[in-house]
Amino acid sequence: MFSDQPVLKIKELYKKYDEREVLHGISLEVKKGEVLVMVGPSGCGKSTLLRCLNGLEPIDSGDIELNGESIIFGKIRWNLVRQRIGMVFQSYDLFPHMTVLENILLGPLKAQKRGRAEVAGEAKTYLDRVGLLDRWDSYPNQLSGGQRQRVAIVRALCMNPEIMLFDEVTASLDPEMVREVLDVMLGLAVRGLTMLIVTHEMAFARAVADRVIFMDEGIIVENESPANFFENPATDRARKFLNIFYFDGVKKGPG
Amino acid sequence: MDLFFFAQYMPMYLKAAGLTVTLAAAGIGLSVVLGLICALVRFYRLPLLRPLASIYIEFARNTPLMIQLFFLYYALPKVYLKLEGISCAIIGLAFLGGGYMAEAFRGGLEAVSRTQIEAGLSMGLTRLQLIRYVILPQAFAVAAPALAANTIFLIKETSVFSIVALADLVYVFKDLIKEGHSTENNLLLIGFYLVIILPVSLLFSLWERRLRRVGFSV
Repeated sequence: MFSDQPVLKIKELYKKYDEREVLHGISLEVKKGEVLVMVGPSGCGKSTLLRCLNGLEPIDSGDIELNGESIIFGKIRWNLVRQRIGMVFQSYDLFPHMTVLENILLGPLKAQKRGRAEVAGEAKTYLDRVGLLDRWDSYPNQLSGGQRQRVAIVRALCMNPEIMLFDEVTASLDPEMVREVLDVMLGLAVRGLTMLIVTHEMAFARAVADRVIFMDEGIIVENESPANFFENPATDRARKFLNIFYFDGVKKGPG
Repeated sequence: MDLFFFAQYMPMYLKAAGLTVTLAAAGIGLSVVLGLICALVRFYRLPLLRPLASIYIEFARNTPLMIQLFFLYYALPKVYLKLEGISCAIIGLAFLGGGYMAEAFRGGLEAVSRTQIEAGLSMGLTRLQLIRYVILPQAFAVAAPALAANTIFLIKETSVFSIVALADLVYVFKDLIKEGHSTENNLLLIGFYLVIILPVSLLFSLWERRLRRVGFSV
């Protein structure tokens, strides 16, 4: 189903903050067109792992390969590597002084030096697809949280990245806006985009994932198909984690 | 009120006002550049340069312009560095203003959130592109009120330039005191400063209003 060459290959990645080790030897592969969803309790290291993948955090040992080339060893120019990795943040982080279109064009025009006509056309196609074409000239503070996050996704997509990283992108949204963002991501998955998604939305994880990665305390505990992971978690830790999302009835009967 | 006095000395005042405006524009322009460089040096914690910038800022902000000008005009020639009055005035104003502008920009730079910087980095911008397109526009917006206050303050500070023998507004004023007509003379002096400074204030408040509309209330 997926081509053999992994888009992203993480080998024995270790990461420390000061003296405290937060990632203890993570190894993971993401194949082209694959959607991996990472779940796990807060502080388990999943966001840190994403940040290591595009150089926002330095790693202590191990290797990361992007389409077969190490982005850790040798003379690495992170600004060039990052153009190939799309990242969407929890806090959207659109630039407040730029319109929607200017936000989207900044990377392609300045970092990638592409032509304005070409990129603007592509930007408008994507904006249309996420239902925001009519807002191209708005400023971020004129948009709702869900709209901002959809723009942030388009901004990352327009760089034509080899893989997209999503770091809890619905975590600061009101519930009614979560859906519109998740629908956009489902659409991207259907179109075959390679994605690594950190989320707490379990129903979404189950719907979108080709594989679910369960992390706890800085290691990968499970790497499973969504059906296996959600129906028959192999470990106690995963079972305990999944139980957080279910409730037993507490209503008392009459009397 | 002697209207004839106004008519007679208006040309002198106009010429002096031209000099005041020119010196202020040059000095303030340089102070913005100097202040921005110092603020960036401190923001990026550049080794060696950072303590130098801090020392300079404290020195500039904690000594009076008049004393700085005395030093440039009277003390430097003793070590064989003779500067024209005009150079002294511009350098002095830039030196004083640079310290104040650096502090204004520091506030602006510190207001740019870490996540904004990471968003810029993660799209593959180089350090310089990040400064130019992401950090500076936001820093300027936050610093705008302080930059406005500094600019007006520095224009007023030009009123000491006559001590380095420059024929600015105060120089003309002092020159005409001997002619009597002190009321008219005073009115002209105040009037010229108002005519110079009020439009600057107005431009800055328009700029600030525009920034607010564009949505810097993040």
